[in-house]
Amino acid sequence: MKERTRQQPDEPMPETERHEDPPKGRLSRDTQRKIGQQLRAMYTDVVNEGVPDRFADLLRRLDDKDK
Amino acid sequence: MPAHDDMREPMLAAVPNLRAFAVSLCGDMDRANDLVQETLLRAWAHQDSFEPGTNMSAWLFTILRNHFRTEYRKRRREVEDADGGYAERLTSPEAQTGHVEFGELREALLHLPPDQREALVLVGASGFSYEEAAQICDCAVGTIKSRVNRARKKLAELLTIELEQEAEVQPEILIRRAV
Repeated sequence: MKERTRQQPDEPMPETERHEDPPKGRLSRDTQRKIGQQLRAMYTDVVNEGVPDRFADLLRRLDDKDK
Repeated sequence: MPAHDDMREPMLAAVPNLRAFAVSLCGDMDRANDLVQETLLRAWAHQDSFEPGTNMSAWLFTILRNHFRTEYRKRRREVEDADGGYAERLTSPEAQTGHVEFGELREALLHLPPDQREALVLVGASGFSYEEAAQICDCAVGTIKSRVNRARKKLAELLTIELEQEAEVQPEILIRRAV
């Protein structure tokens, strides 16, 4: 599975495809853009909470145990 | 045996994104934290399977995604047994996450089939390429593209209907959102 990605190191991030025409139907590009923004905002909201102590503690414990 | 110092820091650095992905999948912050904890434990126990130099974030997302799928199947059986108690909880994700401002979007996400939900979040929010998302979900790139497209369409339908309904009552909400 990792090999698959490694075989295509030159393949660019499909930035253009993220802004491709919306699927045929009633959805406007504008609606899609707003939903994309909301989705990223929701996601970033959680990312910005950083690393809760429980996870830092957990990894420290695992690390100490293995030493 | 890989050096642990090499694993701990990147794993810690991946936690914020893993939590965001997990809560997008399950709509429940407590459960998301449990998913992340289980992911870290599994990753640590199987760190020999990580190939240094490859994308650790994608590796961790794969573990989390697979664990979620297993849990999801298990819970669905429980729901069928327990007469819809869990399904009822699913209708108010904002009450569970504490992120009231994104409650509608979270709820709409939960109405998508899990295949579409994970594809949309990986590509549309986590910043993975279609190729990486295909690797994480163990499917073809074309399958990811089609799931993302269907997810976007369905989500837009769900949210547009909601926005229009609210606009009839409170037009200023719509205006604020559009900014």
